[in-house]
Amino acid sequence: MLRAEALGLGYAGRMLIEGLSVDLRAGEVWGVLGRNGSGKSTLLHALAGLRPPDAGAVSLDGEPLGTLPRRRLARRVGVLLQQDSGEFWGSTRDYVLLGRYPHARSPFGWSAEDERIADGELGLHHLDGLAHRAFVSLSGGERQRARAAALFTQRPAAYLLDEPLQNLDLPHQVAMLERLALEARERGALVLMVLHDLLFAARYCSRFLLLSGEGRWHAGGAADAFSAARLGELYGFALTPVDAGGERLFLPQRPSGPGPHV
Amino acid sequence: MSHRTALLVLALAAAAAVLVGLAAGSVPIAPGRILSVLVHPGEGAVADIVWKLRLPRVVAAFSCGALLAYAGVLMQALLRNPLADPYVFGISGGAALGVMAGMLVGAGAAAQTALGLGGAVAVALLVLAMGLRSGDWNPYRLLLTGVVVAAGLNALLSLILVLAPQAAVKGMLYWLMGDLGYAGDAWPALLVAALLVAVAMPLTPAMNVLALGRLKAQSLGIAAGRVGVALFAMAAAAAVTSVLVGGTIGFVGLIVPHLVRLAGIADHRWLLPSSALAGGGLLTLADTVARSALAPLQLPVGVLTALIGVPALLLLLGRKQDHAAR
Repeated sequence: MLRAEALGLGYAGRMLIEGLSVDLRAGEVWGVLGRNGSGKSTLLHALAGLRPPDAGAVSLDGEPLGTLPRRRLARRVGVLLQQDSGEFWGSTRDYVLLGRYPHARSPFGWSAEDERIADGELGLHHLDGLAHRAFVSLSGGERQRARAAALFTQRPAAYLLDEPLQNLDLPHQVAMLERLALEARERGALVLMVLHDLLFAARYCSRFLLLSGEGRWHAGGAADAFSAARLGELYGFALTPVDAGGERLFLPQRPSGPGPHV
Repeated sequence: MSHRTALLVLALAAAAAVLVGLAAGSVPIAPGRILSVLVHPGEGAVADIVWKLRLPRVVAAFSCGALLAYAGVLMQALLRNPLADPYVFGISGGAALGVMAGMLVGAGAAAQTALGLGGAVAVALLVLAMGLRSGDWNPYRLLLTGVVVAAGLNALLSLILVLAPQAAVKGMLYWLMGDLGYAGDAWPALLVAALLVAVAMPLTPAMNVLALGRLKAQSLGIAAGRVGVALFAMAAAAAVTSVLVGGTIGFVGLIVPHLVRLAGIADHRWLLPSSALAGGGLLTLADTVARSALAPLQLPVGVLTALIGVPALLLLLGRKQDHAAR
């Protein structure tokens, strides 16, 4: 669905990703892993057409992103940014309804279908009681749920999510990941998310993209990319694999030698 | 109250404000008499007062208020900043500089207007070029550019005041404070206001989306760059028109959009027309008070709007802080 070809991305004069060629197919759930500042968000922006690549190209179903009208792109690709820079003065429901913007036939007033979808997502994200509260009055976790509700209201074919679990409590983290897994399984959506949680990455992702932050990258399935050696090298931190309940977990080793607190 | 009802109430309130503006003055006229004179503009002293004296003044006040509130809504949406106002880019300062320079050299009214327009366009192009140079619409860089440009223009305005002959200074000061006493034929300004509202209405849904931030808006299908330029141009046109009619009247453009939001209207599809009506009505009332409270002394309406606007703004800021502290 989304394809990166010889993609090169830099930030502030530093090359973060070089020659990235990867095919992101419908129904796949990708986890993007890497240290802070390794280019995860920059890659997500490039895949969403929000920033032009420094080299190479990104295409959606064979069409280069640069030539696609933004509105058509928005009907197929939805983005959950790490943070919004806006100041939204309306209600939570108004906020979630804006997810229908790329689909709206008339710019004035939403259709009954738009409202049905938005109200459904408000319910699924346990926001019914907050629907008519001002969006700015929501707590961090509630706001993240409202942002997710707006994204699902957009009904895209590809979900690109930058740290979707931030500010969410454990039940809502699981609910978010279950929903994304469902979108991939039942609707054949492509899901690509930046994650820092290795447990959830192992449990929910079928493909992995590891970014070194120095140009190098590695894409592969769980057996290949999700090993103690690769992850240890990625994070610069020794990891001990532990098998528990049929799942493989990675425990960070305690730093050796006397730390500052000893 | 639904948005539709609120808009209707505001329209009625604006009409009432216009009626009050026509009725009040050294010769009070009953509202019923005004309506009959408006419908049948015959001869006579009352018809002359209404048609030749008060109506032009009321039209000027209403147009300026509507234009300023409109520009305020657009600037706040463009910069995603609640404290943005029509003058934030110094465009009005450019217009003021042109007009004052015209006054200084004793140019005629038409030449002053042309000079003001030239000054405004020059500043608008400068700010636009600075804002677009890096390819994005970074609100903070734009704001800072505007503040810096406005400061420079203020220095030039002070220079003109120093250089001007004593006799001309009072007129210039009144004009700088915002005064509708010198407003000439304001019907074109009313037409501009109506046209600008009509042109901006199709962009109001995009303004709602733009409130989510530039990147998120783009991801929802908004061509943020093009919409930004359009909002900037329309807001600048409104601010300049208002300045050319009534000088730099403060606080209307900043306060009115917030008052309408406090009334529960945040959706730009309703916020924009509601603010235009509320701004027009409020400035008409303020100007009526300004010219009749201490009659025969006429206060510059800008002083009055600032006197009302400053406490209102402080109150609003207090509320904002409560919000942030939650």
